[in-house]
Amino acid sequence: MRIVVARRISQAFFVLLFLWFCLVATVGDAFWQLRGWPINWILSLDPLTALGVVLTTRTLYAPLLWAVLVLAATFFLGRFFCGFACPLGALNQLAGWLTRRRLPTAARVADNAPGKARGVKYVLLAFFLGAAALGSLQTGLLDPLPLVFRSVNLAVLPLVDPGRFGIHGEGRFYDGAWVFGLILLAILCANAWRPRFFCRYLCPLGALFGLAVRFTPWRIGKADAKACGTCRRCEEYCEGGCRPSGELVLSECVLCMNCLDACPTGRIGFAARPSACGERALPDLSRRGVLAALAAGALAAPLWRVGGASALGRDPALIRPPGSLDEERFLARCIRCGQCMRVCPSAVIQPAVTAAGAAGLWTPTLNYRLGRAGCLQNCIACGQVCPTAAIRPFPLDEKLGRGQYAAAGPLRLGTAFVDRTRCLPWAMGRPCIVCQEVCPVSPKAITVGTVLEPVPGGAVSVSDAKGAALTLAGAPVTGRNLGSGDYFLRGAGLSDDTARRIVSHSGANLALEKPLPDLGQGRRAEIVVRLQQPHVDPTRCVGCGMCEHECPVSGLRAIRVTSENESRSGPGRMLA
Amino acid sequence: MKDHDPAPAAQKARPEALSRRAFLWRLAGAGVAAAAVGGIGLSLRDAVGPAAMENARALATLGDFAVPAPIAGKPRLAEVHGTDRAAMFTAGVAALGGMAAFVARGDTVLLKVNAAFAAPAVLGATTSPELLAAVATACREAGASRVLVADNPINNPESCFEVAGLADAARATGARLVLPRPALFSPLSLPHGRLLKDWPVFSGAFAGVTKVITLAPVKDHQRAVASMSLKNLYGLLGGRRNIFHQDINGIIAELGAMLTPTLCVLDGTTVMMTNGPTGGSLSDLRQAGVMYLSADPVATDALGVGLLGKTPADLPYLALAQAAGVGTTDVASLNPVTVNTEPAAG
Repeated sequence: MRIVVARRISQAFFVLLFLWFCLVATVGDAFWQLRGWPINWILSLDPLTALGVVLTTRTLYAPLLWAVLVLAATFFLGRFFCGFACPLGALNQLAGWLTRRRLPTAARVADNAPGKARGVKYVLLAFFLGAAALGSLQTGLLDPLPLVFRSVNLAVLPLVDPGRFGIHGEGRFYDGAWVFGLILLAILCANAWRPRFFCRYLCPLGALFGLAVRFTPWRIGKADAKACGTCRRCEEYCEGGCRPSGELVLSECVLCMNCLDACPTGRIGFAARPSACGERALPDLSRRGVLAALAAGALAAPLWRVGGASALGRDPALIRPPGSLDEERFLARCIRCGQCMRVCPSAVIQPAVTAAGAAGLWTPTLNYRLGRAGCLQNCIACGQVCPTAAIRPFPLDEKLGRGQYAAAGPLRLGTAFVDRTRCLPWAMGRPCIVCQEVCPVSPKAITVGTVLEPVPGGAVSVSDAKGAALTLAGAPVTGRNLGSGDYFLRGAGLSDDTARRIVSHSGANLALEKPLPDLGQGRRAEIVVRLQQPHVDPTRCVGCGMCEHECPVSGLRAIRVTSENESRSGPGRMLA
Repeated sequence: MKDHDPAPAAQKARPEALSRRAFLWRLAGAGVAAAAVGGIGLSLRDAVGPAAMENARALATLGDFAVPAPIAGKPRLAEVHGTDRAAMFTAGVAALGGMAAFVARGDTVLLKVNAAFAAPAVLGATTSPELLAAVATACREAGASRVLVADNPINNPESCFEVAGLADAARATGARLVLPRPALFSPLSLPHGRLLKDWPVFSGAFAGVTKVITLAPVKDHQRAVASMSLKNLYGLLGGRRNIFHQDINGIIAELGAMLTPTLCVLDGTTVMMTNGPTGGSLSDLRQAGVMYLSADPVATDALGVGLLGKTPADLPYLALAQAAGVGTTDVASLNPVTVNTEPAAG
C-alpha cells in the first residue's frame, strides 16, 4: 500500500471517530449514546492542552498522559499527528483539495512556497504559553482539537438535532452559536486561498509540534542534490509547504507524504539522513515578535486579574456547572471544548460570551432560560466528560450531599432570588407558585406564605343572604374567575378567619362554601384572593434553576439564580 | 510618457455589429424575464398586509375515547387493594368487565403517563414503570396493534423517560414512546373554554389513536392540592403552560373537557404525601396500597384525594369538572367494587 493511502485511511478514521464521539456525547445507554465511549480520547491526545495545563497547574491530569505519548512520538517521527490524525487538519486538507482541484501546477507550487507569515503561529503559541505560565489557560481558543469539538458540538450538531430522526427530539440552543459556525466555515474556506491555511499560519498546536521536531532521527528529505530537474512535483501537493525540493523547512513538514509519492525519480524519502539540499529548523521567525507575544501573554494574565472579572467584579450571572473548581483554578484548566455543553441533557450549560469576562470567553455557564430544564438532580454527566477536570468528575452522592458527603451538603450552584416586583403573587395579586412546585429539593427550598389580598373592584355589599348563597347589590367587576376556588369573601374589616371560599359565581350571585358570619349593619364585604407567595430558603436552595426555567414570567424571570452561596467558592458563601 | 495608452484597445478586434436576429433574441429574452418577474410579483401581491396573528386552524378537543358504559348496575369503578401493581391492575380491570371491555383487537392505545420529572421511579414522582409495563402488556394481550406512551414532561423529555424507568418499561413491552417535539403540537380552542384558547397541545401523539388510558400517581401538590388523574392531563399541554397556574382549578377542569379517556388508572400503591409534586425523598412517600380504575377521572380523583388525608371539597377543580360534565364526584352512582389482590393479614 502506498504511504499516502495509509495516511488517507488514518485521516478518515480519525475524522469519523471524531464525529462519532461528538454524536455519542448524548446521555443514554443506547450504542449511539454515551454509555462507555471514550469521547475525550482525541482531546486527550493534545500536547498543547497538556503543556498548558502543566504550566497553569504544575500537574498533569491523568488522561492527558496520552498527549505525552503523542509528543514523545513526535520527537522521533515529526508532525505525524498533523498529517495522520488531526481531524481539523484532515478537514482542512479535504477542503483545500476540493476547492483547488482546477488550479494549474505552477499556481499550486507557488502557493506552497514557505513565507514569513508561517511565523504567526509561533507568535500565537508564545502568547498562549506566556498567559499559561501566569495561570490563564487560553490555548483552547485556537488549539485545533478544542476548536473543532466546540464548533461541531455547539454549531453543527444543533443544526441536525431537532426532528424525529435527529439526535435530540427538540432543538438545542447555544448562545452565540453563529460565531462558532462561521469561524469553522472561515477556517475551511481559507483553504481555497492557501492549502491548510489554518495549519500553516495559525495553529498553535502545529507550532508546538514544529518546535518539537528539531531532533527527529527520521525525516522527509532528498537523497541527492544533483540531477534533480525543475519538475517541482514534490511541491505541487505539499500540505505543509515545507519546500522539499530545496532547503527543507523542517518544522513545517506535516508528514503528508505527498512529495514522496509524487517524485518521479524516487529521490525523496523518509529516512535517517539530512536532506541533500539543506535543512532549516524553523521558518523565518521574528525573534522580537515571539518575545513580545510571550510578554503580552505573561502580562495579559495578571491584567485580567486586575480587571477583577473573576474575583470581586464577577458577574453574578456566571453560574458554573456542578463540580466546577473555584474560578481561579477553573480558568487554569478549561479549554472551552464544549463537551460539557454538548453532553448536558438539558442543554443548560452554555458558552459564556460576556459573563466570564474576556479571560473566560466561551467557558461554560448555566443559562436557565436557554436550557430545556434546570440542572437535573440525578445527572453528573458534565463532570464525567470534562477532559481537564475543570469540572471534577464528581459522584452523584456528592452532588446530592448523601452518604459520605452528608456533612458537606449538596453541591450548590448559586441561590434563587424572588423578584417581588415581577412575581405574580407578590406584585400582581395572582396565584401561581410554579417555582415551589418544580423545586426538586426535599424538603423544598421554596416555601410559601399564604395571604388573603383584596381584589381590585372586589368591594361589595351583600343585599341578601340565604345561608351560603348571597346576592350582592351589584355584580362585581374584577376580571377574575371568582368561582375558581382561589377567591374568598371576607366581611369588611373582619379577620381572615371569617373569609369564606367562593364556590360559584354568576352575575350578582355568589355561592360560598359556608355561610358568612353576621356582617352587621351595612353588610359590606370584600372579595379577596388567596395567594401563596414564594420564599427561598437559602440553606436548602442548590441553585439548580428549575424554578427560573419554569417561571411563567417568561422574559426577565421573577425568580432568578445568581452565583451567591455556590459551593465552589468557599469564601464567597453568602450565609454565616 | 503617457498616462493612458490607447494602443491595446485599438489592437483589439472591434466587436461585430449586432445582427437584427440577435437583437430580436435579446429583446425576446428581456421581455420574457420581465413578464415572468411581473407575473410572480402580481401573483404574490398582498393588498391587505400581514394580520396581527397567524391563525392556524384550532382543534376543538383531543377526542372522546370512551367506550359504551356497561349496562346499568354493573360496576364502573374498581378499588383494588394490594402491593403488586400488575396484579392490582389485572384484578381491577377484571372487576370492570375485563380488558376486552376497553381495548378491542386492532386498537391503537395511547398510554398517558406522568413522566414530569427526571427522578428515579423509587421516588414516586412519576408513573410506576411496573404499572406501565402491566398495562401495555394487557393492551397487547387484548389485541391492540400498537401501544404508544406519551407525556410532555417538565424536565427535558429524554431524561424524564429514561431516569424514571418508563423508557425501559415501554421497550420491554413493545410500546413506543412518543416524545414531544414541536411538530407534534397544534393549537386547540376548547368550545366554551376560558383558558384553552388557541393553545398548543400534544395532538401529534393522538395520530391514529383509538383508545386512551391514563396512568397517574397520587401526589401532593401545593397549588392544586393534589395531582391525580385530571392533573395528569396537564402533560398534554405545550407552550409556556405554567401561566395557567393562575387559575389552576379552571385549567384542570378544562383539561377534563379536552379529552375523554377510555380508562383512568389512579395508582395509590405509593402516595407522595409531602413535598409534591417533585418529592425527592423516600420520607415523602407512604405505602397506601390502593389503586382506582374507572373511565371517570373525576371519580378516581374524588377517591384518591382521601389517600392524602383530604376531601373532595379541598379540590375545587372536582366541582368545576363535574359542573362541566366531565364526570361525577358521586362515586356511589358508579356502583364501585372493592377487590383485594392479597389475602388480608391475620
